[in-house]
Amino acid sequence: MATTADTFQAHDDAHHEHDADHKPGFFARWFMSTNHKDIGTLYLIFAIIAGVVGGTISGIMRWELAEPGIQVLNMVAPWLGADPAQIDQTLHLWNVFITAHGLIMVFFMVMPAMIGGFGNWFVPIMIGAPDMAFPRMNNVSFWLTVAGFFSLLFSMFVPGGIANGAGTGWTVYAPLSTSGSVGPAVDFAIFSLHLAGAGSILGATNFITTIFNMRAPGMTLHKMPLFVWSVLVTAFLLLLALPVLAAAITMLITDRNFGTTFFDPAGGGDPVLYQHLFWFFGHPEVYIMILPGFGMISQIVATFSRKPVFGYLGMAYAMVAIGVVGFIVWAHHMYTVGLDVNTKMYFTAATMVIAVPTGVKIFSWIATMWGGSIEFKSPMVWAMGFIFLFTVGGVTGVVLANGGIDDNLHDTYYVVAHFHYVLSMGAVFSLFAGFYYWFPKMSGRWHSELLAHIHFWVFFIGVNMVFFPMHFLGVQGMPRRYPDYAEAFSFWNEVSSIGYIITAVSVLIFFANLVYAFTVGKKAAANYWGPGATTLEWTLSSPPPFHQFETLPVIEDHHDYHDHLPREGDAKPVTA
Amino acid sequence: MAGAKNHDYHILAPDIWPVMGALSALIFTTGMVFYMHQDTMNGWQVILPLGIAGLIATFWGWFSKVVNEAQRGDHTPVVQLHMRYGMILFILSEVMFFVGWFWAFFDFALFPAPLELISEGTWQNIIGQDGAASVAVFPAEGIHVIDAYDLPLINTMILLCSGTTVTWAHHSLINGDREGLKQGLWATIALGVLFTSIQIFEYAHAPFGFGGVNYTSAFYMATGFHGFHVLVGTIFLIVCLRRAYLGHFTPRQHFGFEAAAWYWHFVDVVWLFLFIAVYVWGGWGAEVH
Repeated sequence: MATTADTFQAHDDAHHEHDADHKPGFFARWFMSTNHKDIGTLYLIFAIIAGVVGGTISGIMRWELAEPGIQVLNMVAPWLGADPAQIDQTLHLWNVFITAHGLIMVFFMVMPAMIGGFGNWFVPIMIGAPDMAFPRMNNVSFWLTVAGFFSLLFSMFVPGGIANGAGTGWTVYAPLSTSGSVGPAVDFAIFSLHLAGAGSILGATNFITTIFNMRAPGMTLHKMPLFVWSVLVTAFLLLLALPVLAAAITMLITDRNFGTTFFDPAGGGDPVLYQHLFWFFGHPEVYIMILPGFGMISQIVATFSRKPVFGYLGMAYAMVAIGVVGFIVWAHHMYTVGLDVNTKMYFTAATMVIAVPTGVKIFSWIATMWGGSIEFKSPMVWAMGFIFLFTVGGVTGVVLANGGIDDNLHDTYYVVAHFHYVLSMGAVFSLFAGFYYWFPKMSGRWHSELLAHIHFWVFFIGVNMVFFPMHFLGVQGMPRRYPDYAEAFSFWNEVSSIGYIITAVSVLIFFANLVYAFTVGKKAAANYWGPGATTLEWTLSSPPPFHQFETLPVIEDHHDYHDHLPREGDAKPVTA
Repeated sequence: MAGAKNHDYHILAPDIWPVMGALSALIFTTGMVFYMHQDTMNGWQVILPLGIAGLIATFWGWFSKVVNEAQRGDHTPVVQLHMRYGMILFILSEVMFFVGWFWAFFDFALFPAPLELISEGTWQNIIGQDGAASVAVFPAEGIHVIDAYDLPLINTMILLCSGTTVTWAHHSLINGDREGLKQGLWATIALGVLFTSIQIFEYAHAPFGFGGVNYTSAFYMATGFHGFHVLVGTIFLIVCLRRAYLGHFTPRQHFGFEAAAWYWHFVDVVWLFLFIAVYVWGGWGAEVH
């Protein structure tokens, strides 16, 4: 290779330089990585750690909400330097937990796992590329995400107004985040978003460049696997939405510290301006969190139905449509700020339009299964759970899209139920589906399919028990973001908290499965899912060599979009 | 799979700068927090300069490597194409960043708040009270704006002129005229420095302070971030000039220069929007300083 004349490899001998599977030493490999698979692994490990932290916080919240009154917050208050005798400080801690749970799950769990983890691992492989376009920038994207996580952790241990920590909610609305929270905690939280956002913007440019520019010969855009399409659309959303958030939160910083009045009415500023800027980012953000999941589900459903996905082009352009329309529906998060009726009508109509391409996807997945030779392997079970539960969340989304109905449901548990159905069950189910689909490919070892199925059923029961009752609570009028509630809400809250325990048990089963895989798991073959799995990662060993495709694969014309060079034992390619 | 690579993509060796850069960024933002809260965190002011130093070291070390790789011939045609995509996308994200600042500005300008002047530099929002409609103007009563057809117009001319000098440098480079390349770059950098100097002069003599009211907040943050981008673009061009003296760039391969030129044009276009929207239209009807 012509590119190894670098100080860190200068001492390597010629033999190593010509070995595609030669790996650098520990520090160089994991802290200085320029390898898309290693960086993907780092992202996945990071996302799992962040997910445990964010999930623990939600456990404390569910514990508190198990019955009316304040009984848990005052126990945990001393951990973060709050005085349990001061009820205001205790309640501030609740806001800190709400904020940390939201930010961690969005920016440090779902996004790193989907785009950073699976995107890094499989986008280059699926398009037949040896690595990402900018391998060094790929690494700084990861470490900026870690830096952002640390900045958020710092914020929990410094004053944020009433007590330690940022208690603004993940939306960081002014004026609570400006004049309402003196002290450095909110500044740390805002900079956390700056850091993670910068990493994501760099990552987005990397993915777009890689997908446009590094497809193997014959891999036209209309032959790309749908997972690659999903990451492409997601990367554009990141690239165009995050800088607007950066501007908005920079205004928060200057309002807080340098005397500007962007969001302060006393100086002619406008708190609703912040909400517009935030949701112009925030709405594309929710599609950023689900689109890569759509892509993974498409791969998995096709694999285990042993059929090419139904309506490939419709599936690809449905994602493009969701991405485009996703930029012009943001104010449906703001129906109760005093928008005029015409504006609410527009945003209601535009929001409902999104249900059309989303419906195209749901029905195409079902049509893919129709008449297929379906195998209920663990990824398929998770994918079918995704389709069912995401549809539930999507339908409640159509309900909430109505400005008139939202006047009643805004900031109630109905909204919490809605977005947890599309995230905790949509995004997270697709993450577990993708994990079990690709884990043996990434690690070279088999997880236990039995444990994966048990994990699925326990998790399925758990999360539905947590979140389905929240629909009832919301319709009954229970507001979000309070640690206490009226006696009338206690039954369904108790059910929900029991559901959390079941969910937590299922996560332990997941970790047990990881232990199983790394201790007694069998070695995985190259294409362990058989003839249904037709994308390029299945042509490589498990795990793939450190540098794959040193000779680029050629994708032939007559094959279906996600087909590749035929191998022995392949099913006969399905002709269109 | 063992064997030499048979493709033109750039496979890189492990590198320390990305993790150093992210660490420096964290130190920088942490330092900013300590700087902004000096009243309670006075003993930690060394962190901010440390972070800035780390970021400068990262940019220096990282881009030095990229330049060395370019000179070594690692940047094959397809890798150069990567960089074109990367730069275009980066500029696109920068455009969206400015969209945020313009959004704030137009919000204030099109839906002016009823700010009643209490005394010099102090206003009161009288929304919902008698006379609110009559004082709802932008900029608020009592703000004297900078004359758009004075220094801002000169600055517009300077930036437009610099757009032509950077094209002069580019065409000289394409035609193998190295002296013309250097002269064009020198002229562009001089115009950039002149622009920044005039902007600093304008800020120093502005008829209004930094914060306190929506007009000045939007004015300073939008033009200030533009000014920062001019500074970055100027540094980028200085790097190109240095490289020109070192004999880098060929008539066929000079993307480092082109990226600097693209960035410079982007900065130029942002200024045109600022000039028209903020200085000319935004100051319309207000008392001129």
